[in-house]
Amino acid sequence: MSERLSIETSGLRKNYDGVEALRGLDLQVPAGSIYGFLGRNGAGKTTTMKVLLGMARPSAGAARVFGLASDDPGASVEIRSRTGFVSEEKSLYGYMTVERIIGFTAAFYPKWRRDLEQRYIRAFELPLDRRVKALSLGMRSKLMLLLALCRGAELLIIDEPTAGLDPAVNEEVLQALVAYVSGEGATVFFSSHQIGEVEQIADRVAIIHRGRAVVAGALDDLRERFRRVQMVFDGEAPAPAFRAPGVVRAQRNGRSMTVLSSAGADAVIEEARAWKPVSVDVVPVTLKDIFLETVREEQ
Amino acid sequence: MLFRPNPSLGVPIYLQLMDQVKHAIETGALRPGEQLPGIRPLAEELVINPNTVAKAYRELEHEGIIELRHGAGAFVSRNSGAKKLTDKLRAAQTTVAAAVQQLRAEGLSEEEIRRLFEAELAGLGRSGGNRE
Repeated sequence: MSERLSIETSGLRKNYDGVEALRGLDLQVPAGSIYGFLGRNGAGKTTTMKVLLGMARPSAGAARVFGLASDDPGASVEIRSRTGFVSEEKSLYGYMTVERIIGFTAAFYPKWRRDLEQRYIRAFELPLDRRVKALSLGMRSKLMLLLALCRGAELLIIDEPTAGLDPAVNEEVLQALVAYVSGEGATVFFSSHQIGEVEQIADRVAIIHRGRAVVAGALDDLRERFRRVQMVFDGEAPAPAFRAPGVVRAQRNGRSMTVLSSAGADAVIEEARAWKPVSVDVVPVTLKDIFLETVREEQ
Repeated sequence: MLFRPNPSLGVPIYLQLMDQVKHAIETGALRPGEQLPGIRPLAEELVINPNTVAKAYRELEHEGIIELRHGAGAFVSRNSGAKKLTDKLRAAQTTVAAAVQQLRAEGLSEEEIRRLFEAELAGLGRSGGNRE
């Protein structure tokens, strides 16, 4: 398996007018992966994408795309020529027809894929003679995606590809991304609030919180490592002080105790054995649970 | 469609896919020598990551259940691996069925039984005891 990285950031920081948007972000996006980038609004997702594309300069740390420094002006031109970017604003020239904007965009890219263009016009059922400003949000999103997919890009950076889409269009968009990765060997880095769709198509994820990656890795590893351990005691539950590694959160409530672990259940259970629980349950944790637990503000 | 993993189950999708392939072989829906869907078409059809399908196939090959033939695709193994596995699973199913039946007779709910199995698998041999 190749571990060539399409994107790598280390200790990445970005301050805007005294606000720390990124506070030491470390990311590694292997080539050929579909990488889901999760985080609450304002967590730093869009800022990260802007830094990667050279649209914002890091305050400290480094961001590399295809091994090239994103804050180097020359490298940034190359990065952008090899990357398709779809911003959440989905701004387009509204006066142009669909056909015109496709032709207009194609002219900028020598590697434009006419075959994919024709395929997606059909698959997305885009009305060629309609003006862009008259398109529904779903149509507009599909058009933006088509424009990004047909450029022959090795990397797609997409800010919320499915925001506001109905479930049918949503699935079409996900399908197009999966097909692009499997067919072209490309890499997709996308942000989303739809945890379900990230679980569906991503093989890697990062959860960013307050400008830092609080969880990052292969989704299968996370699914295998994260466990919730529920214990019940005869009397009042003991104070949940664990030395076991990977304890994200431990709470007690009367006779019961709940522990969220990022390193499996065994060490937690081994340690808790001394307190003689009367019952121990281990349940798998969904990505949604992991997300909610890791971005929760400490009280 | 033979396979339908559920991404929000908290269980890795490649493991679900492996189980579903094994199940298809057990039930005879897939027979020795038959071809499985290609990685790319299957990923696109299920709208899941192609690397996930590739991982499931690699693991299944490692277990001797399927064979990956270069350039030709994935096939259910002809050797006894699949058959042996089927027999083993059949026997295990009988054991599990008996245990589940007994626990039900003792008044445990399906959810409670499922948790007991999960706890046991997570290595809590001695966690037994009463909630009350």
